[in-house]
Amino acid sequence: MAATTLAKGITSGLRASMERDPKVVLLGEDIGKLGGVFRVTEGLQKDFGEDRVIDTPLAEAGILGTAIGMALRGYRPVVEIQFDGFVYPAFDHIVSQVAKLRARSLGYVTMPIVIRIPFGGGIGAVEHHSESNEAYFAHTAGLRVVVCSNAHDAHWMIQQAIETDDPVVFYEPKRRYWDKGEVGDGPDGPLGTARVLREGTDVTLLAYGPMVKTCLQAAQAAEEEGRSLEVVDLRSLSPLDDEAILESVQKTGRAVVVHEASTFLGMGAEISALVTERAFYHLEAPVLRVGGYNVPYPPSRLEEEFLPDLDRVLDGVDRSLAY
Amino acid sequence: MSDNDVAPLETAFGVDHHVSRAEAPERPAQDGGPDMVQLLNPEGERVAHPEHDAVVDGLSDEELRGFYRDLVLIRRFDTEATALQRQGELGLWASLLGQEAAQVGSGRALRPQDYAFPTYREHGVAWCRGVDPVNLLGMFRGVNHGGWDPNEKNFHLYTIIIGAQTLHATGYAMGVQRDGNVGTGDEERDTAVIAYFGDGATSQGDVSEALVFAGVNNSPVVFFCQNNQWAISEPNEKQTRAPLWHRARGFGFPGIRVDGNDVLAVYAVTKAALDAARSGQGPTFIEAFTYRMGAHTTSDDPSKYRVSAEVEVWKHRDPIERFRRWLTTTGRADPDFFDAVDGESDELGASVRQRCLSMPDPGGTEMFDHVFAERHPVMERERAEFETYHASFEAAR
Repeated sequence: MAATTLAKGITSGLRASMERDPKVVLLGEDIGKLGGVFRVTEGLQKDFGEDRVIDTPLAEAGILGTAIGMALRGYRPVVEIQFDGFVYPAFDHIVSQVAKLRARSLGYVTMPIVIRIPFGGGIGAVEHHSESNEAYFAHTAGLRVVVCSNAHDAHWMIQQAIETDDPVVFYEPKRRYWDKGEVGDGPDGPLGTARVLREGTDVTLLAYGPMVKTCLQAAQAAEEEGRSLEVVDLRSLSPLDDEAILESVQKTGRAVVVHEASTFLGMGAEISALVTERAFYHLEAPVLRVGGYNVPYPPSRLEEEFLPDLDRVLDGVDRSLAY
Repeated sequence: MSDNDVAPLETAFGVDHHVSRAEAPERPAQDGGPDMVQLLNPEGERVAHPEHDAVVDGLSDEELRGFYRDLVLIRRFDTEATALQRQGELGLWASLLGQEAAQVGSGRALRPQDYAFPTYREHGVAWCRGVDPVNLLGMFRGVNHGGWDPNEKNFHLYTIIIGAQTLHATGYAMGVQRDGNVGTGDEERDTAVIAYFGDGATSQGDVSEALVFAGVNNSPVVFFCQNNQWAISEPNEKQTRAPLWHRARGFGFPGIRVDGNDVLAVYAVTKAALDAARSGQGPTFIEAFTYRMGAHTTSDDPSKYRVSAEVEVWKHRDPIERFRRWLTTTGRADPDFFDAVDGESDELGASVRQRCLSMPDPGGTEMFDHVFAERHPVMERERAEFETYHASFEAAR
């Protein structure tokens, strides 16, 4: 398949799922004629009709609440939340209903809902358009949380998410939407698995979503300084691919977790605990975190200072190697 | 009219010409007002209503006696559950006392293919759907969070988050539309959905959003609001300034207030709304005007916030008494029938008690069983840890 953007990888994945299963329906704001504010659903309403690509009223709780009802009726709703910071009105339905209905019904009910959230900063947006709120959902039992970082995964992981009978929060790195990449013939392992994107021996960089590219660039720069960094794309935040994480850290003895989200109680905290509990004697240094500061996402003129970049990642590597 | 005059405002409780924008209405007489559909008055006398007479007149004596049996049995079930809570066998109980007619009238208007989305107080609707009442006790006893198969009787799990189920009902109805099960004229195929909620829930954003979604999609859903006058300790006037049934108009579909203590009126009004939904005419908002005779739940103490005189007024409007009187005076039921129902209700109470007490506690590992549909490494690891930990006590013996 020719190179395509990450956004169009999702589009083609959605299209494939919709062609395969007539129960797959899309719900969201402006996803019909407009094709979504990022054009991810472009052309789908034209081809699948208004009954399957539903332009909803402007109400996120309503979108999730009705998606739950459609799932109860046997549909597989794929919900688009327009921007990360707009998911909070739907938070109650996600954590109190979507995540719990299966357990509450002792397994009689399944909630095959996919909640797509464009997330993260770096696009110079106004407030509420640049957030990384994945830890809220990763903390919630009953949800699966995955993140794609490239066009190939975007195309295949969205299909895997739709096919899963469990609810999936599907994060899309909005500043990488326009990055091009090859889409291969099939998915790289099942949903829930991580992938080593670059092998190395000195330090493991653990990242997901937009920070994967940053880490790959950092690894390239480090190589020029004679350091060998391994880059693991976590791809799944809940569940974490424990074995892949531990295998890499056991090899390098050092780990730096990189994400845009604030570090306090972020994914890095959980990964740090995991590695410390289960690979303690392999560690040459404490697990370090490079992430957003613990402040509200700043105005866009400051976001370059807030977001981890190549230099901050390499600074984290230096600190790890200093032990 | 000078610029300073304020137009008369219709409040939730009737037109009050003394109300200005500066004054909140005082605690009103809760008589439902002239727009309320009533077919049987509190004295048990039939009140003519041209729009709904035919439906009620078409009910057989056997069906009508069936309504009575439902009313008595669910009250008996409810009384037994309250007693079980008082004796420590349930952690909590939300009584439906006083709301039996609203639930039986609407519940009996449903067809098998219709789908109901309850709050946590719809024991009477569950009964009408054929849900085993003991299933309703599980969550209050703490052995599960519901645990029945909603698709078995088309009765969704109880929903505790106030108003959330109105959106689930609307989404379900949107699915019904996509299945092509609206307006075909096939009585066994055309499907309606009913969402139950209370007066307090109408203040929730979810309910307003459900009304928006149902309205713009013309979905086959009936919004059935049991206005029992109290949201725990807060009376109606803390929730709304306008009558609740008026809201529907703003969302573009009909609203109607019905005497929620009149099983005949509730049946007729709900049936008409469900028929309209199934035939493709979209949603209806029904405000069933009723009263919560008991506490909000067994943890509540209504003596802190409401006067007994108000409760006395509503006792006079009891849904079962008026219906019994009408069945008697019209010769539709005799003392033998009433005795038989009483006997049956005692049997129900005893069997519910016995089956509640014998409800098994869940095993510890069951909490891991149904969190995910597909394999999940955290569930597997934590289940193993749980088993190892508990086995360590066995090994230490």
